[in-house]
Amino acid sequence: MRRRVLSILGCVLLGCTLGSSALAAAPAGATVPGGRDPSDVTLTLVTHDSFAISKSVLRAFTLETGISVRVLPSGDAGAALNQVILTKDAPLGDLLFGVDNTFLSRALDEKVFDRYRSPELALVAPEFQIDTTHHATPIDHGDVCINDDKAWFAERKVPVPRTIDDLTKPAYKGRLVVENPATSSPGLAFLLATIDRYGEDGWRAYWERLRANDVKVVSGWEQAYNGEFSAGEGGGDRPLVVSYASSPPAAVYYSNPRPKTSPIGTVLDTCFRQIEYVGILHGTEHPREARRLVDFMLSRRFQEDVPLQMFVFPVRDDARLPAVFTRFADIPTDPATLPPDAIGSHREQWIDEWTDTVLR
Amino acid sequence: MTPRTRAVAWAAVPVRWVRVGVPVAFLVAFFVYPVATILGRGLWPDGHLDLSPLGDVVGDAALRDIAWFTVWQAALSTVLALAVGLPGAFVLARYRFRGRALVRALIVVPFVLPTIVVASAFLALGVEPSLGAILLAHVFFNYAVVVRIVGGLWAHLDPHQEEAARVLGASRVRAFAGVTLPALRPAILAAASITFLFTFTSFGVILVLGGPTRSTLETEIYRQTAQLLDLRTAAALSILQLVAVVVLLIAAGRFQGRRDVALGLRATSDTARPVRSLGDRALLGANLTLMLALLGVPMAVLLARSFATANGPSFGFYRALGELRSGSVLFVPPVDAIANSLLFAVVATTIALVVGGLAAFAVVRHRRGRALEAALALPLGISAVTVGFGFLIALDEGPLDLRTSWIIVPIAHALIAIPFVVWLIAPILRSIDPHLREAAAVLGAPPRRVWREVDLPIVGRAFAIAAGFAFAISLGEFGATLFIARPERPTLPVVIYRLLGQPGAQNFGAAMAASTILMALTVIAILTAERVRVGDIGTF
Repeated sequence: MRRRVLSILGCVLLGCTLGSSALAAAPAGATVPGGRDPSDVTLTLVTHDSFAISKSVLRAFTLETGISVRVLPSGDAGAALNQVILTKDAPLGDLLFGVDNTFLSRALDEKVFDRYRSPELALVAPEFQIDTTHHATPIDHGDVCINDDKAWFAERKVPVPRTIDDLTKPAYKGRLVVENPATSSPGLAFLLATIDRYGEDGWRAYWERLRANDVKVVSGWEQAYNGEFSAGEGGGDRPLVVSYASSPPAAVYYSNPRPKTSPIGTVLDTCFRQIEYVGILHGTEHPREARRLVDFMLSRRFQEDVPLQMFVFPVRDDARLPAVFTRFADIPTDPATLPPDAIGSHREQWIDEWTDTVLR
Repeated sequence: MTPRTRAVAWAAVPVRWVRVGVPVAFLVAFFVYPVATILGRGLWPDGHLDLSPLGDVVGDAALRDIAWFTVWQAALSTVLALAVGLPGAFVLARYRFRGRALVRALIVVPFVLPTIVVASAFLALGVEPSLGAILLAHVFFNYAVVVRIVGGLWAHLDPHQEEAARVLGASRVRAFAGVTLPALRPAILAAASITFLFTFTSFGVILVLGGPTRSTLETEIYRQTAQLLDLRTAAALSILQLVAVVVLLIAAGRFQGRRDVALGLRATSDTARPVRSLGDRALLGANLTLMLALLGVPMAVLLARSFATANGPSFGFYRALGELRSGSVLFVPPVDAIANSLLFAVVATTIALVVGGLAAFAVVRHRRGRALEAALALPLGISAVTVGFGFLIALDEGPLDLRTSWIIVPIAHALIAIPFVVWLIAPILRSIDPHLREAAAVLGAPPRRVWREVDLPIVGRAFAIAAGFAFAISLGEFGATLFIARPERPTLPVVIYRLLGQPGAQNFGAAMAASTILMALTVIAILTAERVRVGDIGTF
């Protein structure tokens, strides 16, 4: 008897999920406004686990074009790209979103993308259009920066560090937590910021000074921010952390009640710019529809949705930022960058050298 | 023909084929073939075999250190888990006390918690990343493995055998070492092997609690595959992992020996006794205190945090779980995440019980059964990223094109759960006194009735425990699925990971609320599995 109850329960639960997903899929192609041919194409967008966009925005694309979009999260940005490379002969999907400038050269070398130059790129600043061969289209950017715990510094009357060089001063001994570049994307970005700043010959000396100043290394962003950072949720004791320029608005947005000022600030001199790209996967059966999705991802509607969904910034000039970003985000005017080719060819070597310098 | 084989002669040939064929086919399709394909990419790059990466890896001092650390930290973790878990297994198997079922269910909870959540609780309790933190976490996660697997058999051992030895003049220690320990040996070996394999391939614990300087073969394979895309080195490291695991499984097989002891198993209701003497009380009290400190305190931290909103204790974070990102395309309402988790767990448990149950009978009744038993344990010891990427590049054609299907997730879970099923059930099948089956057959019972009246009541409880583990493995999203593309149906652990990826008190609190829901689901699932009635015999 009890077993029967269990199996009924199982069926009910199964029914629930099937029902809800059927509902979610219903708008696809079914309600196309008159005049257009309903195309039954469903595009698969391979991406990383942090991808997010409003349902209403994707639905608008489907209503406008009759094309449905299925999102396929596939691990972190590196894992998602590597999966796409390994399945080149039988593509997992039609597009890949989320390759950033630190992985761009690998994607281009492996020729996973088809060429496409969206007309919408006219409204995108040239600084984002790094791939001049037009295989990868920029969609958003974000800056990896050091965040500071405002209250911590105010209470102790210690000035907040202003430059990347300040971090090696005695006043900040034992105050900074960073992520291991071997296992963390912001960790790698901050390493690249120091390489851009101090050059091929000088960055190791900088890290030796940071090490002497008792920098703490953890394996990922979650441990750094929620474990060690004094303004994070885990009650850590370090007031400086490698995170994002969008962390101050995110900390406000995800608080209840929302504070009047952000509890954290950004040290603008420490930033490295990450740019995220989308590409049409070579071998797709729907190149035309895939191009329409790229155009849509550059449209104002999509671009203006990106900040509050993924806490990154749009690349399109005329995209307006939400109030929480304009009020609480400091954006660096001249963040560090490195050419993707240089990152691609030196990545492993730099990480190994960093490991030798900081951890051994 | 031995009496044993005669007694099971009812198993007609086709049944034999099914028993061996289904597990072998499952293992080949979802493990051997994908893993061989990804290793092939690394070692047959241009159509010819190139074994030089193996030499490079063995010749690399840093990688040798990593391999050595991987082995010894796993061995040490296993010894510690056994040392802490065996007394726990005893008290939960032998004493009858109020709340025993609940304690049995609660100890499985750590097993399903995402590493990142446990690590945050440990950090809050002042545990700094270190070797000690790794060992502590490994004991935390594997305590249930030892207690449930060893305790599962212990509860069926006839206490009168040990009492008889004592009446004949053996000391308490001697009676235990001479009677009980040999009888428990298969279960202890199974628990030790599973714990070793889990800690050998441990990933999150090493990264989060080991600190940045410690790596194992598993974390290195992840780095080489998912970050650097160096499939040659990854393949060589995977082969190293495979060799170590095969050696371990052969050694465990040898140690177990070929001798099957008929134990005269009893129903648990006949073996448990009330807590009477002062010694009983002290032993039970000490073990419950240990469980509370080791398992209860970190769990309590998560529970407390899930209610600690800025406005004082409230359900705010539970409400936030349904509201944060609710307009987002990958958002699922908590009820759906729970339903997804349960759906995967039910499917994974079913696959694991069918495949593993058939395999357990094959293992016991065929000459080469031990080889099948060991082969089915391999997925526990092989890197999740190797299996996950293997799925991607191997399962891309015809009926096996499951790369983006949701069914691949419970299949991956089942792969990890099957060894539990086999290792829990096979020792018990082996130890059923063959005379019982013979007697029943002689008295004219048809084979099916022999199975129902003799085997099922004794195996039933092991099935229930195995089902509990399979369910918990799936609920907790064991490593293997981190590297599988998973459309549409996010589960609770996936929701937790997503919440923890953004700053803000609401995200963190909602993640704690989701973790608490996960803990509650586990307790309910295990309590339910425990109460499943087997046949007409009553609860075991």
